[in-house]
Amino acid sequence: MAQYKMHLLVCGGTGCRASQSEEIIKNLNTEIKNLGLENDAQVVTTGCFGFCEKGPIVKIVPDNTFYTQVKPEDCEEIVREHILKGRKVTRLLYEDPETHKHVEDSKHMGFYQKQLRIALRNCGFIDPENIDEYIARDGYAAIAKIFESMTPQQAIDEIKKSGLRGRGGGGFPTGLKWEIASKNSADQKYVVCNADEGDPGAFMDRSILEGDPHSVIEAMAICGYCIGATKGLVYIRAEYPLAIKRLQTAIKQAREYGLLGNDIMDSGFDFDIELKYGAGAFVCGEETSLIHSMEGLRGEPTVKPPFPAEKGYKGKPTNVNNVETFANVPVIYLKGADWYNKIGTEKSKGTKVFALAGKINNVGLIEVPMGITLREVIFEIGGGIKNGKKFKAVQTGGPSGGCLTEKHLDTPIDFDNLIASGSMMGSGGMIVMDEDDCMVSMAKFYLEFTVEESCGKCAPCRIGNKRLHEILEKICAGKGTEDDLEYLENLSKVIKDTSLCGLGQTSPNPVLSTLENFYDEYLSHVKERRCIAGSCKALKLYTIISDKCTGCTACTRACPVGAITGEKRQPHVIDADKCIRCGACYDKCKFTAIHVQ
Amino acid sequence: MEKINLTIDNINVEVDKGTTIYKAAKKAGIDIPVLCYLNLEHLNIENRPGGCRICVVEVEGRKNLAPSCSTECTQGMVVKTHTLRVLNARKTVLELILSDHPAACLTCSSSGQCDLQDLSQKMGIREIHAVENAKVSTYRKDASPALNRDMDKCIMCRRCETICNDVQTVGALSGINRGFMSVVAPAFEQDLEDSPCTFCGQCVAVCPTGALTPFDDTNRVIRALADPKKTVIVQTAPAVRAALGEEFGMEPGTLVTGKMVAALRTLGFDKVFDTDFAADLTIMEEGTELLGRLTKFLAGDKDVKLPILTSCCPAWVNFFEHNYTDMLDVPSTARSPQQMFGAIAKTYFADMMKVKREDLVVVSVMPCLAKKYECERDEFKVDGNPDVDYSISTRELARLIKAANINFKALPDEDYDNPMGESTGAGVIFGVTGGVIEAAVRTAYELHTGKKLQKIDFEELRGLEGIRMATIDFDGIPINIGIAHQLGNARKLLDGIRSGMYNFHAIEIMACPGGCIGGAGQPLHHGDSNIIRARFDAIYREDAGKPIRKSHENPYIVKLYEEFLGHPMSEKAHHLLHTHYFEKHKI
Repeated sequence: MAQYKMHLLVCGGTGCRASQSEEIIKNLNTEIKNLGLENDAQVVTTGCFGFCEKGPIVKIVPDNTFYTQVKPEDCEEIVREHILKGRKVTRLLYEDPETHKHVEDSKHMGFYQKQLRIALRNCGFIDPENIDEYIARDGYAAIAKIFESMTPQQAIDEIKKSGLRGRGGGGFPTGLKWEIASKNSADQKYVVCNADEGDPGAFMDRSILEGDPHSVIEAMAICGYCIGATKGLVYIRAEYPLAIKRLQTAIKQAREYGLLGNDIMDSGFDFDIELKYGAGAFVCGEETSLIHSMEGLRGEPTVKPPFPAEKGYKGKPTNVNNVETFANVPVIYLKGADWYNKIGTEKSKGTKVFALAGKINNVGLIEVPMGITLREVIFEIGGGIKNGKKFKAVQTGGPSGGCLTEKHLDTPIDFDNLIASGSMMGSGGMIVMDEDDCMVSMAKFYLEFTVEESCGKCAPCRIGNKRLHEILEKICAGKGTEDDLEYLENLSKVIKDTSLCGLGQTSPNPVLSTLENFYDEYLSHVKERRCIAGSCKALKLYTIISDKCTGCTACTRACPVGAITGEKRQPHVIDADKCIRCGACYDKCKFTAIHVQ
Repeated sequence: MEKINLTIDNINVEVDKGTTIYKAAKKAGIDIPVLCYLNLEHLNIENRPGGCRICVVEVEGRKNLAPSCSTECTQGMVVKTHTLRVLNARKTVLELILSDHPAACLTCSSSGQCDLQDLSQKMGIREIHAVENAKVSTYRKDASPALNRDMDKCIMCRRCETICNDVQTVGALSGINRGFMSVVAPAFEQDLEDSPCTFCGQCVAVCPTGALTPFDDTNRVIRALADPKKTVIVQTAPAVRAALGEEFGMEPGTLVTGKMVAALRTLGFDKVFDTDFAADLTIMEEGTELLGRLTKFLAGDKDVKLPILTSCCPAWVNFFEHNYTDMLDVPSTARSPQQMFGAIAKTYFADMMKVKREDLVVVSVMPCLAKKYECERDEFKVDGNPDVDYSISTRELARLIKAANINFKALPDEDYDNPMGESTGAGVIFGVTGGVIEAAVRTAYELHTGKKLQKIDFEELRGLEGIRMATIDFDGIPINIGIAHQLGNARKLLDGIRSGMYNFHAIEIMACPGGCIGGAGQPLHHGDSNIIRARFDAIYREDAGKPIRKSHENPYIVKLYEEFLGHPMSEKAHHLLHTHYFEKHKI
């Protein structure tokens, strides 16, 4: 086996691949070959590094040099300078936005300093298509340890002791879930991995499956051993082709190594995994809907109880966990529940992966210990707000979460605090908004998503969300009334109170949290017909400053609806009723005589 | 059984484990409003998708409201069914449902028997919170010869789906589309006529609104009655007389045969006949066919297919044409009584009356919606002229009677006209599950053995269990008989035959629960098993009261064969009274 001096880790995640990382890998290999460095340096295609803002990423180990936004044509220089001569290519290093200095290695980058990577431990480090690399990182050692020294109940107890809670959104204690499934006796039980990641902007599950599929496979087998299930199913959306491919490769390799199949590691325990593809419905992330979809039925929820642990896939006891939850499991056994439960807050242990998006400098995927504050996440890891704008709010928990504001910035993030603040953990989406974002429009945007994704089974979600959306549209169009605000609140509360599944029970959150935190903004929409952020088109008022207007008639000619009138060389006027707020006059005027309010 | 104690509105209730809050409340005398929920007691099945959220209640310690129809009681549970929070939620949700429902009650065919309308009244909805430019979900209309679908009125209660899939196993209806645009429809948005739908109409019988309604033939009947050039005759199916009275406030199970005849005469029908006459004729043909096949079978003829299956039920015919295409030669080729009546009426009777075929209009009153489809089948037409022109349901007849200002309850009892009004008790019991085969046995036994039956009542063939089996002694030869009602049970029986599990000589199948007495054209019974039972008893009462109770002893049937048909299974009979089946392709 070759002993390489250096490894060039290239991100092979979906994002970086879209920015030509495959080309980069090819070029790096060609250059290494050209220079005869095949025995010294190895190029490894890894999973996501998380710093997607600056992709494609090439990281050199052991010195942890972190090259960002690498282009295929940079490869020659990287190999010649760095690998051959040991000189870093400074221009490709990450530049600190504050000091404007290049950061020599990833350990000193603000983005990584506060992170603690457990679920993402292997992402960006190993080749996900090579089982040996996973094994080299203690892969499958957890299950071996369990087979050797633990009964299923002891293994469940370890997870209970760790305090691990479901990372899919609900935060249900994982150990307890396993225990319930283990106690229901049946001739067949199932372990299901929920890889139906549906929150817009969230991609932690995809990244884990693309970057470290074996950790999920190992955890599912452990879960199977604990609850007495011999069959595992991964419900994955068909629009994750790379994750599917890597998972398929990993399953194949695990079977070849005897880590899946009959009598795993001579333990007498049989376990195998099958993939089930989802068509991309948000509601199928809800476990009963997911199970129905897997059964070939319409993807819609049913009333719980019965819970899947009693009556799940094909009517058999089924344990459903999310990808990220599973990715935590092997580490807990390797390092111990006591190690794990020291991380995080009192009721939320361990770490959480967040997908940072929106008006933030460092868009990407991060993993942080529970209890970290929003301020640390947004301003330290996330590098603050884009273009020096002012922070306004952050939406956590995806489309059914809520907006948190300045006053929540120092709240430690965990399951319970987020709920107490009117939002939720969800699967870990975090969308940052700045002063230019209208909060009514934001609520409208999220409702548009939930209206689209409602399955239609229960009336409050099917019709209520549609009505919420219509009222928000009305407010944004400048036609809202104060009565509408009252009805919005009542309707939102009723939808939450009466909906069948988690989708409807949370979909009004963006409305309720913006009503609570940004009521003034709603009021100014309905009372003054004004959008403070200036983003609601219908509420813009275009007027002509007569002192500045020269009567050149340029605006009259630009106006597509004939809303501007006036004599030549005399100040013109805009008829607000006719004006469609297209901004053509504003763009055309050479004398800044058009005023937008 | 473990007992659960809980309090509902401060009343202590003890229930069996597994009981829902809704049922526990009912036990305590508290009536929680429901909309999508339907207890189909006669089928032992509940539709409780938990979709409408009208039945929500407050449960202490639970963060959101609980749907009482589908939440099981737990020990020590404290339930409140009418707090302000609950009432506000219920009303808001109902307003939402109404906001996406056409406000066309005045012209809706379900007005007056609409659960949504009733609930709105009960909850005192006087206005719907108006959202400016609120959209209503729309879907194209779908009309078939038997029933209409107007999905704009669908409230996604899923009752039709439960009936179609879980009870009838037809699988024609399921939820499609997402969110606001979701409706119940056949797969790939087909029209019902292109789907595996059998037109049994059970979905119509449970629809809480006007989303699924019967095709209305009453206007065409009125027009025919008003046409002086036409001779209009009517036939009434056996099950109609046992249920029609319910539409006029009479007790379920009241037999109204005589009043019905009087009403039809008052409506202007030139002759009022009885489908039971044709039922007797069916027995002659089907019984002879059975005996023929049986004799050959017992003689060792390998080409003979047994069991013979009855073919009177049009929904059942549709069902096997869709699902058992490999067994199309098994059912009896005998047409249904409705169609035998039509064929004889437009030949024998038309000649007798010296009326031209095209000037004779045959109307049938049926407990059934599939009969509307059946009479439109091409094989039952001569040069485009159907043997039976219009088929109206029991409910449609009630409407005609009401429209004609007839005081039904005050009518005298009148008798059917002859020749096609005379029938036996065997013809009457065609209206219940087990009746057709009992009628066949009464005749086949006597024709086969040449002996008189000692006992006419075959109790072993009667009952309301979904699948029944019995062996009848044909003078030393044991004849195995299977009976199923509801298409789901039919499927079980058929699958058993296909796999060789069962060994029957003859099988009777009816598509609707209870047989024709539970047909989709009957007054709505909302799953009340007492109503079904009352109709069931009424039919056997009518049978017991008949002077002649065996089809082959009907003097007019004997005369019909003498004067016109020759003998059962004759060439003429074959031409007029038998049919063949088609393979219907599913996608």
